[in-house]
Amino acid sequence: MSDAALRPATGFRLPGLSALGPLLALILLIVLGAFLNDNFLSQGNVTNVLARSAFIGMIAVGMTFVITSGGLDLSVGSMAAFIAGVMILAMNALLPAMGVGVPLILLGMAIALAVGLLAGLTNGLLVTRAGIEPFIVTLGTMGIFRSLVTWLADGGTISLDFAVRQLYRPVYYSGLFGVAWPILAFALVAIAGQVAMRHTRFGRYCEAIGSNDKVALYSAVNVDRIRLLTYVLLGLLVGLATIMYVPRLGSASGSTGMLWELEAIAAVIIGGTALKGGYGRVWGTVVGVLILSLIDNILNLADLVSPYLNGAIQGVIIVLAVVLQRGKSAA
Amino acid sequence: MERRTFLAGTATAALAAGFAAPASAQAKKAVIGVSIPSATHGFMGGLNWHAQETIKRLKATYPNLDFVLATAGAVGKQVNDIEDMIATRNIDALVVLPFESEPLTSPVKAVKEAGKWVTVVDRGLAQAGIEDLYVAGDNTAFGRVAGEYFKANLKSGAKIVVLRGIPTTLDNERVDAFKKAIDGSGIEILDAQHGNWNRDKAFSVMQDYLSKHKKIDAVWAADDDMAIGVLEAISQAGRQKEMWVVGGAGMKEIVKRIMDKDPQLPVDVTYPPALISTALEITALRFVSDTPVYGRFIIGSTLITPENAAQFYFPNSPF
Repeated sequence: MSDAALRPATGFRLPGLSALGPLLALILLIVLGAFLNDNFLSQGNVTNVLARSAFIGMIAVGMTFVITSGGLDLSVGSMAAFIAGVMILAMNALLPAMGVGVPLILLGMAIALAVGLLAGLTNGLLVTRAGIEPFIVTLGTMGIFRSLVTWLADGGTISLDFAVRQLYRPVYYSGLFGVAWPILAFALVAIAGQVAMRHTRFGRYCEAIGSNDKVALYSAVNVDRIRLLTYVLLGLLVGLATIMYVPRLGSASGSTGMLWELEAIAAVIIGGTALKGGYGRVWGTVVGVLILSLIDNILNLADLVSPYLNGAIQGVIIVLAVVLQRGKSAA
Repeated sequence: MERRTFLAGTATAALAAGFAAPASAQAKKAVIGVSIPSATHGFMGGLNWHAQETIKRLKATYPNLDFVLATAGAVGKQVNDIEDMIATRNIDALVVLPFESEPLTSPVKAVKEAGKWVTVVDRGLAQAGIEDLYVAGDNTAFGRVAGEYFKANLKSGAKIVVLRGIPTTLDNERVDAFKKAIDGSGIEILDAQHGNWNRDKAFSVMQDYLSKHKKIDAVWAADDDMAIGVLEAISQAGRQKEMWVVGGAGMKEIVKRIMDKDPQLPVDVTYPPALISTALEITALRFVSDTPVYGRFIIGSTLITPENAAQFYFPNSPF
């Protein structure tokens, strides 16, 4: 079966050596963590780390498609804050009419998804219809969403009504068979993303557009439509992440979701997706997200270095994880 | 809702100042320029709100005063704001909360050299003697008051964890004063990581503290936003009975819980965002009376307890 590697990936196959770089880094980190602290592998800590990763994780899966098709979205962190703000304000406003109950929560969730969809659509239309560089479009919307949430919050914090919060809280804190809901949601999104990237026309079109959009266009791929879809999909996933985020602290402010965009983009690149587009690896993104949250966790659990140097350690590990995979292939 | 008219603060003040300059022949109005960081987190949000409220009140009280308010999200923007105020708004006084000390020192010095009154708020400049008036909270007392409470209420051998803010000299002053205050009490600080005065970051740092340490008697969260994240992490771990938390600043939600005698939040230490109001009021006095106002005004950090909490509770403030 030596010709298997030549065919476009349609079935499951073992990743090549270069693809194992980030996975290797992840395993090293886990071993290091377990070695440094006995509680590292305890169920509580593992749940904490995975649940924390879930927000960035879901966003990063969406980001993988955007980057694969040659785009970029810098607005996701601000977008998450904006969606959280609108969602909380809407639920507080509807509270007198609907009362505390599951319908109110469900409506809040629907609002979050709808706002996410609209925000993604705005980004996507500006990129495809107005033909503006994605970097500029999303840099603009990043500022817009961030200011809007600060304005909605009047410079302070928007807090969910206490009673609603109590009802909504389990969406972050409890789960199914001991697995927290955010982790389950993240896992489902990751699996769906992996399948979409590898086994659907949408995923193949994304890679085709990212490697050469002219060729894709001449091959009768509706380039603009696929690009628009990637931004809408990302917007929806930001909405979903927000649904999981809001019950955690029940509040949103101007500093919510700060720098999430960079974490998401870093996770995507660590995972082996090409920043210039053309190749995407969803499972790699998941590994990248886990690497990023594990670094933070290990630095907190072990007093390895002065806390002032935490950022430097993160930087070194991010670069190393990418070097590990790029060293062996020119991808 | 009426506060959400986003043109209200800056633009009307700017317009008023713009028209005031040519019209100054008729009635001489003193223009006070106010430059503060924008509302990027809870404390600054409160500070912005208090600044706007105070300006509204002072304008109504003293018709011969006018204000130009500019908020900056970055150091460079603040320097530009101050240059613009001098060049186009013809200000008579500047009230400034420097984003960072070093980069703001020479622009503010230039304002002083142009013969304007200068009030510096909260963060000092890198050079002494530039400002006419200095109004600030007391960071050393902020750490000390908290430390003294810990010392008085914990036994020797008690174990605590600390959350630090964004790495700055201000944060160092607080933490050093705290450590000095608990010195000799036998209280052990298990950990002191940076939570960046941010709820989310404090939440995950506290989660990790809870995984790492089997026994924690108290938490010095050093900020009310961080205290919210900390409390959430503690309740997730189900260890509410084990430890209490002391925040800092005087956020209304926290003050309310102290008023309601929440056992998890016995006290809070003030570092009021309303210190901008003190600076504005005193600066205004300079232009409406002969009251001598040059010098330093340091606002003490006091302990908010269930008994006195009511006087620190501002339900209308966003913070």
